[in-house]
Amino acid sequence: MRATLDRPDARRFWALAAAGAAVVLAGLYAAHTMEVRGHVVTGMDNRIVWGMPHVFAIFMIVAASGVLNVASVGSVFGHAAYKARAPLSGLLCLALLAGGLFVLMLDLGRPERIVVAATHYNFRSVFAWNVFLYTGMFTIVAVYLWTLMERRMAPWSKPAGIAAFAWRIILTSGTGSIFAFLVARQAYGSALLIPQFLAMSFAWGLAVFLVVQAAMYAWAGRVPPPEVLRRMGNLLGLFVVTVLFLTAASHLVNAYFAKNVAFERFILVDGGVYPALFWGAYVVAGSLVPLALLWRPGALGTRDVVSAAMLVLAGAFALLYVFIVGGQAWPLDIFPGYATTSSYGDGTIAPYTPSRWELALGAGGLGVAFLTTVAGVRALRFMPRDDPSIAPATGPTA
Amino acid sequence: MEARHTRGTAWARGLRVVLLLALAGTAAAAGVSASRVPLPALATGAGEACVEDTPTMRRNHMELLKHQRDRTVHEGIRTTRHSLANCVNCHAGKESGRVTGSKDAFCEGCHRYAGVTLDCFDCHADRPGAATTAGAVR
Amino acid sequence: MSAATPPRAASEGVAASGAAGRSDGVDRGRRQILAWGAALAGVTLAPGVMLYDLAHGRPPSEPASPKVRWGMLVDLNQCASDCDACVVACDTEHGLPRTKTATSAQWIRKVELKDARGGARSVPVMCQHCADPPCVDVCPTGASFKRADGIVLVDRHTCIGCRYCMMACPYGARTFVHEPVTGQRPEVPRGKGCVESCTLCVHRVDHDRIPACVEACAASGHKALVFGNLNDPESEIARRVASYATSAVRADLRLDPGVRYAGL
Repeated sequence: MRATLDRPDARRFWALAAAGAAVVLAGLYAAHTMEVRGHVVTGMDNRIVWGMPHVFAIFMIVAASGVLNVASVGSVFGHAAYKARAPLSGLLCLALLAGGLFVLMLDLGRPERIVVAATHYNFRSVFAWNVFLYTGMFTIVAVYLWTLMERRMAPWSKPAGIAAFAWRIILTSGTGSIFAFLVARQAYGSALLIPQFLAMSFAWGLAVFLVVQAAMYAWAGRVPPPEVLRRMGNLLGLFVVTVLFLTAASHLVNAYFAKNVAFERFILVDGGVYPALFWGAYVVAGSLVPLALLWRPGALGTRDVVSAAMLVLAGAFALLYVFIVGGQAWPLDIFPGYATTSSYGDGTIAPYTPSRWELALGAGGLGVAFLTTVAGVRALRFMPRDDPSIAPATGPTA
Repeated sequence: MEARHTRGTAWARGLRVVLLLALAGTAAAAGVSASRVPLPALATGAGEACVEDTPTMRRNHMELLKHQRDRTVHEGIRTTRHSLANCVNCHAGKESGRVTGSKDAFCEGCHRYAGVTLDCFDCHADRPGAATTAGAVR
Repeated sequence: MSAATPPRAASEGVAASGAAGRSDGVDRGRRQILAWGAALAGVTLAPGVMLYDLAHGRPPSEPASPKVRWGMLVDLNQCASDCDACVVACDTEHGLPRTKTATSAQWIRKVELKDARGGARSVPVMCQHCADPPCVDVCPTGASFKRADGIVLVDRHTCIGCRYCMMACPYGARTFVHEPVTGQRPEVPRGKGCVESCTLCVHRVDHDRIPACVEACAASGHKALVFGNLNDPESEIARRVASYATSAVRADLRLDPGVRYAGL
């Protein structure tokens, strides 16, 4: 009985796995092309040094940390509904982390030298700390999953959960610090980025979780318990509001400094695609509409929650694109008070059009996360098993 | 560059070289060809002798080069005895003027035979002197 | 404004400048005595000799000395906006393409400035060889490093091409090799997938030659570029930095660049 509930049927599994593998292969082919022909095949250049691959990679790494929040609420704060979802949360964390690192590594100019990142270590570099944080995260979450899934190890699941919780907070702070420590550019170099990244990880991770959970329930021909949906939907709303608030705070603080007014004007008002993505895709479609879906009067249905979560995820990509690419498109203020021109493009907005290779590489990372999730769900029991008191076996359809 | 055959890790490379030398030694003793692949006909250098004796160079040239590389790049030590430029100056083919580009070229010939990645010349000039003004103005 | 910091270790520079360029600190006591002796001899017998600072004549077997700080002074009053001799010389010296696109190598560029009153200046911008370089701080593998004598370099053997240094550099001084490279100059190995920037012509400096851009600028008759040891008070660059106002670009970041500008 349990097998039919927990394990998707073989044909569907292989179809999904093949689809995931095809996307991963496309990503690998893109990476190969970038290595043979050089980064000239991408839209990235000397001024937009980080582009679409980094939007995908940072999204996945931030969401990886956030998705673990579900497990933390269960193990650390002892919430039964979340505890039942802790294993899936751990699996998604590993899957997203693997996907993000896949993109980040294959985008390197010399990906074959990745071992150098382990043998040569500059302890002053935030990037180097992150290499350490990512590998540590893999280990800690793997151990945590073991304590969750192996009965003998159950007594250790709380300490492991606390360690994973602490580590993920540090990891996301580290990701935010990659930008927070950059003094050269007006878009970055602010300590506010660290709480902002933490809030983003909470929101995006939960959104990923809700989408995957809905897919798994649909697959099993079941409906998620309404009480669980209500709680998680509510929490997602709170996280979305927090991200909105911290994003607004970042921009307001930045705009307060006279030297940054022109940049804020560019990114929020007259910078073309960047303000359009910021207001249209992130603020309205990625935050306000989901909030309306989640907090409208009446019972919350699966469709509302999934739509809201998918919109939050689309908004996440928009926000990261504006933050990463828009932040570099604005010219470096090397000679304040002067109008500048040069062969490098000083004084002008850097144009950027992502190429299909970058998009394929980014999608390949999502493919890695997807494939890992599908395989994990197939091989082990990750389907949430709720206490009958919250989730009657014949749960009412919402 | 075309000299890229396999991507071996350092230990795998070392192992292969040791095996190769062992094989070559056995073959020489037995008086037969070590493999179906004919030994490359490598030109020797221009001068009287190499900077170290032949067995040392065969086994350790990569270590010598790496040591010199770090001293030059990081400390600015510019002695030429173990520098890659010095190798190239002496060992460039008489006709081709290069150390890569064919199975008889000094560096590439042996690396091809041993099946060991040679990526020095992805970045470094594979011919002596300033023969590359073509690359200067495109 | 004047230079952000006075030249470092100036007295050391004077003391050691007589010691035939030996400065590895192994035998410091003995050398110190020799240095004083030589300095005395230099002052009394041949003052002209003292103009040569200690780094000149460094034997190839000796490492770069921390007592030296190589720097460059750009005199904008001498630099002409219609002249790009420094850029051409840099490209030729390092085998860089002459046409510039958004993905080309640009180790030095001319930035044209216009202020609100219509005043114009033409400013060569290259790696500023900071004493506290952000690129070195952020590099995960330590491939970005500062040599003992202040030259900021990329070790292409350990650069993995992550481009974090390009995000961190306030001057846009670094470019990424976006395409496979062939026909490299023997002294300037470079290849696809690594970040690169002005090396202050380290391969020439190590052989007592001045950087290609400085040589070309002098040949063009402008003489806007002065190269030398900022730590040697007798050097032309140190004397000029000491005698009139020079400024650092983005002085607010307090990176203490080795490249100074006069007339900005």
